[in-house]
Amino acid sequence: MKKEMFEPFNSSDNNFEQCVKCTICTVYCPVLEVNPDYPGPKQSGPDGERLRLKDQNFYDESLKLCLNCKRCEVACPHGVKIGDIIQLARIKYSKKKPKVRDMILANTDIVGTMASTFAPIVNPIVALKPVRLMMDGVLKIDHHRIFPKYAGMRFETWYRRYAASKQNDFKKHVSYFHGCYVNYNFPKQGKDLVKIMNAAGYGVHLLEKEKCCGVALISNGLINQATKQAKHNVEAFKKSIVDKNMPVISTSSTCIFTIRDEYPHLLGVKNDEIRNESELATRFLFRLIDSGKLTLVFKKDYKKRIAYHTPCHMEKLGWSIYSTALLKMIPGIDFVSLESRCCGIAGTYGFKKENYKTSQGVGKPLFDQIESSDVDFAATDCETCKWQIEMSTTKKVEHPISILAEALDVEATVKLWQK
Amino acid sequence: MKFDNIIIGGGLSGLTCGIKLAEQGKKCAIVSSGQSAIHFFSGSFDLLGKIDGQDVKNPLEAIKILPDTHPYQRVGIENISRLVVEAPRLLDRAGLNFFGKADENHFVLTPMGIMKPTWLTIDDFTRFEQNDAFPWKKAVILNFSGFLDFHTLFVQDGLKKYNVDTQIKNFAMKEFEAIRRNPSEMRSTNIAKVFDSGDALDEFAQKVNQLSEGFEVVLLPAVFGLFTKNVALNLKAKVNKPVVLLPAIPPSVPGIRSQILLRKRFEELGGTYFLGDIVEQGTFKNNRLVAVQTNNHGDIKLEADQFVLASGSFYSKGIVATREKLYEPILGLDIDGDTDSEKWLDEKFFNDQPYMHYGVKTDSGFHALKNGKPIENLFVAGSVLGGANALKEGSGAGISLLTSLHVAEQILK
Repeated sequence: MKKEMFEPFNSSDNNFEQCVKCTICTVYCPVLEVNPDYPGPKQSGPDGERLRLKDQNFYDESLKLCLNCKRCEVACPHGVKIGDIIQLARIKYSKKKPKVRDMILANTDIVGTMASTFAPIVNPIVALKPVRLMMDGVLKIDHHRIFPKYAGMRFETWYRRYAASKQNDFKKHVSYFHGCYVNYNFPKQGKDLVKIMNAAGYGVHLLEKEKCCGVALISNGLINQATKQAKHNVEAFKKSIVDKNMPVISTSSTCIFTIRDEYPHLLGVKNDEIRNESELATRFLFRLIDSGKLTLVFKKDYKKRIAYHTPCHMEKLGWSIYSTALLKMIPGIDFVSLESRCCGIAGTYGFKKENYKTSQGVGKPLFDQIESSDVDFAATDCETCKWQIEMSTTKKVEHPISILAEALDVEATVKLWQK
Repeated sequence: MKFDNIIIGGGLSGLTCGIKLAEQGKKCAIVSSGQSAIHFFSGSFDLLGKIDGQDVKNPLEAIKILPDTHPYQRVGIENISRLVVEAPRLLDRAGLNFFGKADENHFVLTPMGIMKPTWLTIDDFTRFEQNDAFPWKKAVILNFSGFLDFHTLFVQDGLKKYNVDTQIKNFAMKEFEAIRRNPSEMRSTNIAKVFDSGDALDEFAQKVNQLSEGFEVVLLPAVFGLFTKNVALNLKAKVNKPVVLLPAIPPSVPGIRSQILLRKRFEELGGTYFLGDIVEQGTFKNNRLVAVQTNNHGDIKLEADQFVLASGSFYSKGIVATREKLYEPILGLDIDGDTDSEKWLDEKFFNDQPYMHYGVKTDSGFHALKNGKPIENLFVAGSVLGGANALKEGSGAGISLLTSLHVAEQILK
């Protein structure tokens, strides 16, 4: 047989060569707008990739200023995976080791387990100004940031004690990937999810053992650990989806985005068998309602004015329509649409001292919109957007699932399918 | 997910069609695979600029001699005469002020320093009545130091032909120092953002007034008003000489503002705009398109009574040519074009290229054809339609606006 004439040379798995240099992505980059030290998505992504393939010394640490919001990908008319190219370059070429601070911020699982165990002690301590100043000085975690409170009783503990035994009474079942935030910081959101799914006729189960989705590990450069956790989670999802025929739902837009898209794109962890049946609870509910399999009945006295904020990863998924459609079904809701803008926190990004100014600058147009909207509270699907908006505006933020749980007439809803 | 109408493509054509339908109370969705070609907008919409290389004076009259296969002829001269009045009104309701007449082209000064005939021009830019004279004799061309997307020498050369005495001046302001640090990002949109958010405009206007002393007119790149309206108008009010703005290299500031305002209008009318999503396939039943499946929504299909394909031409991948074949990639529709790839190109680059006339095949009612049969509820509008070389004619925007309005009227019938 004739020997192949050309060996692939300087080739790349991503599609940077699809870029036509139109620079539309740079218009919508929230970082570039406030921090000119960032080279911008076109330069950092497809343009830089061309150079990095020649010589990896072209890698520039300023790529760490990217929030990974993926708004460049949403804007790109040619489908270039600009955000992925930038993230992959960071993974492949960055020589800087993650700092102690980055490990603390990234290990939401381990830190969460410790902190929630000692929640009554940890919560007041990390909220103290001297402690925050110390964390600022020593760890470079910005002192403006207040850590989300840790819950005394983890969601998993609550579930096992109070909810697990009732779940087998239902005919249909789902698994719930609660994520770190629900488990360690805000079990109420998980309880609300169980309430709604039960009212819809579904038993809710935990995965055999879920691990943090790894999004913070990826963005902090702890790739080996992220890959390990990704493989673990894919196996745990398979046990539910493939073995038990139970889809997996979640209430965190970023966890689900990471598991569906970042696992294969950034970590090379295959998820074909589970991807289609791993989704957000709002999408799962919307599908049931849209296909006539479920009707939700709402309380007559629920009246609220709500503004919905589209988190960046929801913008990328294109799924905010499910959350907003569900909210609009509640008769007492006066719904305010916000222009889709990044809030600036991007997970652990905004906690870092060096990013604080950029983070707040990026979020300002959103904060101004929320402040002037005259709403009772804002709604969003992402936990870190919630912290950021609550810290930067006077408004509280609720998850759409919690709003539905509050407004739902459980008895009347159950009656409809029990008949 | 059920809508009355779904439009594939979120550019000028898709948005015009969507706005018209939504204004009539239709529940519409637009699926757009990314930001659109409006980002390359020059500031003017052409109806018909040239026939056989000659400037057209009265487009409405000239349309009559176009071939029967031309989209304007297929819409019908009577319909066109009506829709050319409606189009600027629709844009106006979206907050975009355009001026011009369909029966008499005016001229705009291009960044190459040439007068080009056109139909509608957005109020940022200056309309000229003649193409053989420039109203002023002494002009200053101003540019921001470090801004590489405005080619002042071209403008100067062009204006020489009109015997205009010009001088080029560059200037710097401290407000732009930050963006200048990053030479690849010293772009019109980033300059515009500085004017949008701060009070740089006053100082800038003062500077312009100083630099334009002794000149009759000021020429500047169009970098005013990205997310904020009226920045260009405010500037003109503050400068004590006439200001002529010229388009800079894209992305275009007035273009992005137009895109944002059109989308906003569509959404305020209740429309849903799916950005960054791709239609992957359609479900057909008895010569009807029942639903489309997209990348983001997967098994939750988007259903509608009528669909509009406004996916653009080659550049937007509304039609695709490989070495072997020419095809419509989304729904596999019939193409109006030569199957023999030898005939696609004229070897003389500047000639009227045959491939520029290619597009999706339709019947007389603008229904798409699939395997030779019309799809009853699938309409085609904009540059994905064949039958015209928009580049040669200067008819791209006109075809987009008028065919989409026409299609919307068919749906509303």
